[in-house]
Amino acid sequence: MAQPGARSWRRAADDLTGGWEQRQLWGHLAWQDIRQRYRRSVLGPIWITISMAVTAVALGVLYAGLFHNDLSVQLPYILVGFIIWAFISGCISEGSEVFIVNEGLIKQLPAPLSVHVFRLVWRQVLFLAHNLIVYVLMLVIFPQPLGWSSLTVIPALLLLAINGGWTALLLGIVTTRFRDLAPIIQSIVQLLFFLTPIVWIYGDLQNNPAVAGRARLVEFNPLLHFMEIVRAPLLGEPQHLRHWIVVLVITFVGWAVTIAVLRRFRSRVAYWV
Amino acid sequence: MSTSEDRPLVSIVTSDACVDFPIFDARSRSLKKTVMGMVGGNIATETKVPVIEALRDISLTLKHGDRVGLVGHNGAGKSTLLRLLAGIYEPTRGAAEIRGRVAPVFDLGVGMDPEISGLENIIVRGLFLGMTRKQMESRIDDIADFTELGDFLEMPLRTYSTGMRIRLALGVVTSIDPEILILDEGIGAVDAAFLNKSKKRLAELVERAGLLVFASHSDEFLRDLCDTALWMEHGRIRKAGEIEEVLAAYKGAQG
Repeated sequence: MAQPGARSWRRAADDLTGGWEQRQLWGHLAWQDIRQRYRRSVLGPIWITISMAVTAVALGVLYAGLFHNDLSVQLPYILVGFIIWAFISGCISEGSEVFIVNEGLIKQLPAPLSVHVFRLVWRQVLFLAHNLIVYVLMLVIFPQPLGWSSLTVIPALLLLAINGGWTALLLGIVTTRFRDLAPIIQSIVQLLFFLTPIVWIYGDLQNNPAVAGRARLVEFNPLLHFMEIVRAPLLGEPQHLRHWIVVLVITFVGWAVTIAVLRRFRSRVAYWV
Repeated sequence: MSTSEDRPLVSIVTSDACVDFPIFDARSRSLKKTVMGMVGGNIATETKVPVIEALRDISLTLKHGDRVGLVGHNGAGKSTLLRLLAGIYEPTRGAAEIRGRVAPVFDLGVGMDPEISGLENIIVRGLFLGMTRKQMESRIDDIADFTELGDFLEMPLRTYSTGMRIRLALGVVTSIDPEILILDEGIGAVDAAFLNKSKKRLAELVERAGLLVFASHSDEFLRDLCDTALWMEHGRIRKAGEIEEVLAAYKGAQG
């Protein structure tokens, strides 16, 4: 046979490259998704920025009081944490229904599955870009000790997006087959919010002898490492190599597993949705 | 076997292709059952998912220039066959090889967004049909003329009547340059004058397309656009051949 079979590695790779080639389509759709959400509002997508600012300021003030921290420490920490978290949780929770919500398109168009995933990740990237405006404003009020090493935020964000890709693709395929998983994943995402240092400052807990032992457990939370590689450069904090290593390992293992799953089940998704 | 030389660029070849739909009911679609099934061991027959055999042993060779009509009762497998030929369903058993860019039109409105303007919808719908943004932008005037919607194209699609939406959708669909055109019926609900106009455009579209597969209940439409036909029954090809012959056999069997 001239054509590779439905379960070949070749077809899985073609799905990804074919999806990438259609970036005009998913790029347009992702942007449309965002405008759609704020259609007929005067400010439009600026609302993304505003709601992030409000959340970060309110929680920054609250937790600065609760933890007896200085606002100039707590607020930037929470803001950056929330910006990263919005991206991660968006990829996980929307990824867990990416093919289910696109049922109509999947049954009507012979497009690669990855088109829907690229659309989702790109939409999250656009959200992130809107949220970074708040970060820039914050820098004016609470300047951070940024330096050349802060440029590592660029590869860090790139890694974040690359990992968002496999997460959405893998979760999308699995939840399309097993519909119970979608609500389970939503609950796990909520739980992860509390287990990841977003409102609480990881460094503070490490320095507190009463909880330092338990705080170390958070190293097992993969999201910690993603948080740290993005947050440290944005706040001009010292960066640790171990976070980068963990993230790179997760990236490779995650994509390897996802491509294996894609090879095996890619052609089944149209039957399952 | 060499791949591209001995066959023309546009073709659909299937051999003994079958399409089986697993039917997961609420219970078997849950993890619980699969996990329990793995633990249990010999209740495999109970955990097995029931399957609907929508298409059986479809062997077809369609090449550049073919215009194929599809007839058959509701539920005979026409739409599933179209989806197989479009590459949406890959055969569960057997093989299907599709060469060429497919433009499937099952539903005129798929990918249309009620909140964005008619003009924007033209672009999006075109992108969905495999066109580029540039190609669609160069065709906007032509589509606008055809739809006769005028200034309404600036309005969001939700303000359109059903007829206006169909005009817009037809305008976009008939403006593309597909290599393989897969058409499902449902192009009926347009007013008579407009229908005549769209027939001409539809015929031109079919002329441009390298390969057409068209499912319809309208003999007139089928005769206009196709020269051969397939009669589907119970997920199998009952008869294939010249259009008049197949239509006569199909009508005879109904008679």
